[in-house]
Amino acid sequence: MDLIADHISHRFGGLDVLDNVSFTVASGEVVAIVGPSGCGKSTLLSILGGLLRPSEGQAQLRGAAPAGSLNPLTFVFQDFALLPWCTVEANVEFPLAHTALGAAARKAVVDDALRRTGLSDFRSAYPKQLSGGMRQRVGIARALAVRPAILLMDEPLSALDSQTRELLMEDFIRLLADGAMGAVYVTHNLEEAVRLADRIVVLSRRPGRVREIVEIPMTRAERGAIDARGKLLALQNDLWSLIREEAIDAEREVQHA
Amino acid sequence: MPSARCSMLERAPQQTLGDESGPRPVAFRGAGFMPSDGRASGWIALVLVIALWQFAGSAGWVSPLFLPAPSAIAVAIYKLAMTGALWQHVAASVVRIGSGWLLGTAAGVIVGFAIGLSTLARGVGITFISALFPIPKIALLPLLILWLGIGEEPKIATIALGVFFSTAISVYSGVDAVPRNLIRMAQSFNVPFHAIVVRVIWPGALPSILAGFRITASVALLLVVSAEMIGAQFGIGAFVLQAGNLMQTDQLLAGVVILSLFGLAVGKAINVLEARLLHWR
Repeated sequence: MDLIADHISHRFGGLDVLDNVSFTVASGEVVAIVGPSGCGKSTLLSILGGLLRPSEGQAQLRGAAPAGSLNPLTFVFQDFALLPWCTVEANVEFPLAHTALGAAARKAVVDDALRRTGLSDFRSAYPKQLSGGMRQRVGIARALAVRPAILLMDEPLSALDSQTRELLMEDFIRLLADGAMGAVYVTHNLEEAVRLADRIVVLSRRPGRVREIVEIPMTRAERGAIDARGKLLALQNDLWSLIREEAIDAEREVQHA
Repeated sequence: MPSARCSMLERAPQQTLGDESGPRPVAFRGAGFMPSDGRASGWIALVLVIALWQFAGSAGWVSPLFLPAPSAIAVAIYKLAMTGALWQHVAASVVRIGSGWLLGTAAGVIVGFAIGLSTLARGVGITFISALFPIPKIALLPLLILWLGIGEEPKIATIALGVFFSTAISVYSGVDAVPRNLIRMAQSFNVPFHAIVVRVIWPGALPSILAGFRITASVALLLVVSAEMIGAQFGIGAFVLQAGNLMQTDQLLAGVVILSLFGLAVGKAINVLEARLLHWR
């Protein structure tokens, strides 16, 4: 299943946020969206996931959803968006309750999602009892439970400390390894983008336009090798040089606002 | 002429200079501003005040007509309980509070949710609530008597009205306070509207709704006493008023103590409810 951003523009009141953004996320592909602060990355993701109606253009799906997918486009949120009154298990089961799945099937799906995210021993815990990293794992388990075709991840690691980020990045790489799931990964962290994405959409300063789409010329498995690090760092530097001037302007704009 | 204070200040730098040669502990500056719950001190203070009050009464410092001793109030409550009058008055008040509170709460929750979820209901509802909420509801009792007769209905309606407005406000404030990201999350999983209301908005608004219950319980108590003082044969309010008219101060204060105990019991019940329903906080 492909996800297509088709000439998407958006404005909030008189403020132009996105301008004519188009790209395609092919089935199983991981596309990162980077750009300076306030370039409309998160707005674009909300539009792609159907949570925000664009002023112009549209988000489109092409092709059939994979068999058994209960929610082809599934978000993983920056702030985890867990129900604080529900246990880990109930949070993961939350999106399944209104589906056609029976109780036994639901339990099997939840068990599988908890196992894949290493949460099996924490199923009865409440979110307030968990660290930030574990909370985000619950968010990921909840997303896996509905068997998405494409994960829409909105800065999923930015609320976490660097060690937890590293651990979760390894989880993402593992979960996306078989190509069964694609992802749109919004981030301001170029290292994350370079490690995870097949392609990186670089947006300009507000209003966000597609400045460049950068392909990463190696598989995710190859990126783990020591001799790949130099190449990845060079890619990261290239991306930074694309964004740097605008990031400075964006920062000044925020300060003067 | 140097004062004693000045000379202390003048000596201070010399001490500091003398101490700088070796290591010295950093002065602790982080004390205070963290009061903790001192349950024991509260009980001790309460017992002390009652003991002092009792002593003042027994020693004849205070006329029992103006302030009867706690023992006299306890005796009055005991006699009222024995004759059955206490239960008659308490039952009359509890029925009025219970039915008025339930009616007002049910209507308030429905209207509060409507205001929290619908643009039209919000526009209309907030306008009416803003206009009617400030009216002291007891002022409507004569009108309600005119409309509903002189039975129980106007008293219950007065309580229901008082409870309704506070409940509606606390419910829609609670609905407004439910984090939007949780609602968007549910929508992103295609969770249907009614399931979002039941499984996200209701539990999310519950802290505010329960806080509202605390307020409406005291509103209901205030209104039942006021309404009973205006026109009732039975009920704690009527009893307190009659005792006052007959200068039976011990009976009057017995009524006040019962009201206080009733308020405490309701507060405790809400504490239990909060502990059960909001344990996740």
